[in-house]
Amino acid sequence: MHSREQHRGFRFDWITIVLFLLLVGFGWLNIMSASHEGDIVSYFDMSQLYGKHAVFIGLTFVLITLILSVEAKFYERFSSVIYIVAMLALVGLFIFGKDVNGARSWYGIGSMTIQPSEFAKFATALALAKYMSDLQTDMNTIKDQLRAVGIIILPALLILLQNDAGSTIVYASFFFVFYREGLQQVYLAIAISAIVLAVLALKFGILITAVIAAIVICSLYFFRRKKRASILQSVVILLVCVSFSAGVRMFYDHVLKPHQQNRISLWLRLEKDPAKLERMKKEEAYNLIQSEQAISSGGLTGKGFMQGTRTTGKFVPEQETDYIFSTVGEEWGFLGSSIVVILFMALIIRVLFLAESQKSQFSRVYGYGVAAILFTHFTINIGMVMGLIPTVGIPLPFFSYGGSGLWGFTILLFIFVKLDSNKINEW
Amino acid sequence: MRKILLLLTVIIVGLLFISRLFYLQVYKKEAYSLYEDTAIRKEFDYPKRGYVYDRNGKLLVANQPSYDVMIIPREVESLDTLEFCKLLKITKEDFIKKYRRAKNYSPRLPSPFVPQLSKKDYAVLQEKMRKFDGFYIQKRSLRDYQTSIGANVLGDLGEVNQRTIKKQPYYGLGDLIGKQGIELSYEDVLRGKKGIKFIQKDRFNKNIGPYKEGQFDTLPQPGKDIKITIDAELQKYGELLMTNKRGGIVAIDPSNGEILALVTGPSYNPNLLVGRERNKNFSRLYLDTISRPTWDRGLQAQYPPGSPFKVINALIGLQENVITPEDKVTCRMGYYYGSRKLTGCHHHKSPVDMNAGIAQSCNAYFVTTYRKIVDKYKDAGEGMNIWADHAKSFGLGDYLGYDLPVGQKGRIPNGSYYDKAYGDNRWGSTYIVSNAIGQGEVEATPIQLANMVAAIGNRGYYYTPHIIKEIEGDTIPSKFTTKRQTTIDKRHFEPVVQGMFDVYNKGTAASLRIPGIDICGKTGTAENFIKIDSVKTQLTDHSIFVAFAPKDNPKIAIAVFVENGYWGSRFAGRMASLMIEKYINGEITRTDMEHWILTHSLENEYAKPYSGEPFKINGETTLQVIDKVLAPKNDDFDYSIQTNPNKPKL
Repeated sequence: MHSREQHRGFRFDWITIVLFLLLVGFGWLNIMSASHEGDIVSYFDMSQLYGKHAVFIGLTFVLITLILSVEAKFYERFSSVIYIVAMLALVGLFIFGKDVNGARSWYGIGSMTIQPSEFAKFATALALAKYMSDLQTDMNTIKDQLRAVGIIILPALLILLQNDAGSTIVYASFFFVFYREGLQQVYLAIAISAIVLAVLALKFGILITAVIAAIVICSLYFFRRKKRASILQSVVILLVCVSFSAGVRMFYDHVLKPHQQNRISLWLRLEKDPAKLERMKKEEAYNLIQSEQAISSGGLTGKGFMQGTRTTGKFVPEQETDYIFSTVGEEWGFLGSSIVVILFMALIIRVLFLAESQKSQFSRVYGYGVAAILFTHFTINIGMVMGLIPTVGIPLPFFSYGGSGLWGFTILLFIFVKLDSNKINEW
Repeated sequence: MRKILLLLTVIIVGLLFISRLFYLQVYKKEAYSLYEDTAIRKEFDYPKRGYVYDRNGKLLVANQPSYDVMIIPREVESLDTLEFCKLLKITKEDFIKKYRRAKNYSPRLPSPFVPQLSKKDYAVLQEKMRKFDGFYIQKRSLRDYQTSIGANVLGDLGEVNQRTIKKQPYYGLGDLIGKQGIELSYEDVLRGKKGIKFIQKDRFNKNIGPYKEGQFDTLPQPGKDIKITIDAELQKYGELLMTNKRGGIVAIDPSNGEILALVTGPSYNPNLLVGRERNKNFSRLYLDTISRPTWDRGLQAQYPPGSPFKVINALIGLQENVITPEDKVTCRMGYYYGSRKLTGCHHHKSPVDMNAGIAQSCNAYFVTTYRKIVDKYKDAGEGMNIWADHAKSFGLGDYLGYDLPVGQKGRIPNGSYYDKAYGDNRWGSTYIVSNAIGQGEVEATPIQLANMVAAIGNRGYYYTPHIIKEIEGDTIPSKFTTKRQTTIDKRHFEPVVQGMFDVYNKGTAASLRIPGIDICGKTGTAENFIKIDSVKTQLTDHSIFVAFAPKDNPKIAIAVFVENGYWGSRFAGRMASLMIEKYINGEITRTDMEHWILTHSLENEYAKPYSGEPFKINGETTLQVIDKVLAPKNDDFDYSIQTNPNKPKL
């Protein structure tokens, strides 16, 4: 028994585990720098955020041990149960939840808070993997496609209703999973077109967007002689494009809240009124400007651990959670920040590589889900901190302060590590 | 494609992030400096500026605290503008203007909003300062002049300008820097070094503690005290004598080159250039282009020196072996070249030897001597060069190298100067005889003349005149303690000195003798012209006098220059004699002479060219008599520009 356990241990993918440990460890150092008040007395000072986070990290290892010691098949078999429990937890928020910053996404248990949406991600990934790997599911039929989408839409909708738009966007990452599992190429084209059309409609208005769409569709019609759509189809596509643009425009003008409008307006540089721009710089853009300045001031090698003047002065709000990367930028400079980017890339690519090597479809779909979720968080968070995409408040996996987030990502990742270790037993 | 879409996207996003990081942190980044870091507040601690004492240890310049209201525009919150303006005694328009100016300079950096509050305003404001976010009070130190004299020497402090800040980053906006006088020339010594504290701010601009336990902070280094060579009593007396006149007095101790007095008239009270009124007062003084109180006539007034220059020609003649003291020259009321009269002369007995030539200031004697010098060599150009080198060895014709920030070169023409004017070798000694009597192309400043007589009194050497006597914990520059030799041998000086002595004994200054002091002097009268409505018009002559005393081992050498004072012994001679007596004896026995100077004014004379009417000059004028000018009491600060109440309105 003993030797078998040991033998099993070696089948875990140590590259993934080492990358995970590096990210969590480095993240903790940055949380310490970003959150400490006064001198560091003890690393486990529970009155300070870094002390609490150290405890979260400690508990993570308990969690990992539990996850890895459970039989791999458990996750496949109980995925529906896990999913249902997670959804109930989300629904329960409407009754027992606690408002934090306008979002009703927390359970308060004593002084602790738990954010179920962080746990809903792996639950959704498991459920989706289970559904898609089911022998009775045929992803080429619209009916089953819609069912799969339904699995994703349910938690996304619940989270959106709790006023946590940022976390909702993460569920779009499952698009990559569908695509990998054989979604028709046309969906990719539609997805890309939709993004391009939305940006064009907001930046240049509906008229110019319509003209551009018409030109593209015409040229497609003339140059793709063999597989071209008929004139009627082309006109319909154009009409869809134009109404989509108009829809985006209306969505922006009437559905989005003012702060969301401003974030997009800042990103696309839509605001022309200098007075309003000046005001926005003090409000919506304040975080962004501060974090860009902090990162920029780091230079090539950074100011050194615990030496960042902007970090010490807490110039960037939420610098220990969503904006933790600004601390990395200031104190570790270009070299340190690039290493963090590379570590994330390495982790995601490693998970992708392992996913591709899975024999069971369940493990592969789940692995793809893990990679896609990590990727979405990484892209949106760092892109936001550096001003490349509009502000969306989601954490940087393994880095940002917070127990729920850390545990959510740990469970997500280590279920896959467990599934992967079991692949030789698959047939 | 299906298998690699996500992989590709991950790689593209990663590369995009790394290039964005490169752009932000390496490409766009400016060199990091603690001074530029907006997360760090810099607080300056201004050191005490060095005190200034006179040669006898009398305190002339001390410091007084002053309070500047500073602004950091970005941190300004909405405030009760009306109350704030009332406290600062400014109007709302001023407030808006000042706010804009500060914001244009920098929204983040502090700049002075209202500089130099009075103690009373400060006391009232300090109570209420917490109500006005974005403003704070910076304590600085201002000059406190313990005297009303010597404005031209002591100079003043003013706010440093942008150009200086760019060149010398030590200074920040609102810092004070020496603008004139010793404040400017000894700025580095007097100012010390300001201390700096780096303080970590948070995003609400609150201080959260010293940056890195203050390891980069520095303590202020106090400025050094200095002692200057001016004798405050003598300076004060000189300024009293100069009241209602324009001109300069320079007194030097020949044994070491120390400037004992440097008087310029008209002058002003140095306290006028302290505090909030500085700019207004300075413009008022500076823009007075008629009496020019900010123009130091002792250092900057460059004129033909007139007769005092004759003694230089006598010395050069002796050195070049073209005359002996005994050679006699006949004077027929002028110097004749053939039948042409090149220069006139006044009535005196003839013929004259050197002694009488100097004592009677005979023009013919010196033109003869001068022509012999120039014509000794094979062409006039070479002769002029030899002559000019001798004259320049007395410190004439170039900057003397003293330690005050203003001056003029004067002019000693040489051969090439005339080659340029007349064409190569197309001139001879007869063209330029005016130089023989200190007219023509020769020009000098009063300090150069004082230095020249100091060299004669020393029989052949001088020390570069200087104003610095001692620097706390330091030595004065060695160039002020180095003896400078003239090109004239020592033995040639005695007959010339004797001649200058006889100026007082039986010559042009016989009426100015001071009992008990052997003074050697030389009178001078210089013609001068100005343009009125582009017509060259002659004005009353300048009165010039140079002297040293006692005759052997002189203690004081002096040059006095009074604009439009007519002949040399009339104003300048009297003032020089009084100054010498004051310095050597400490009190005045020739009270008749003092009374005359203090009851006669030249203000009417100065008003003439601006009257728009034709006027008379020299012998045809009558001198203006006024009530005796009283010496100002020490504690009685006269904040007005020193002028005569009778001064005509222009």
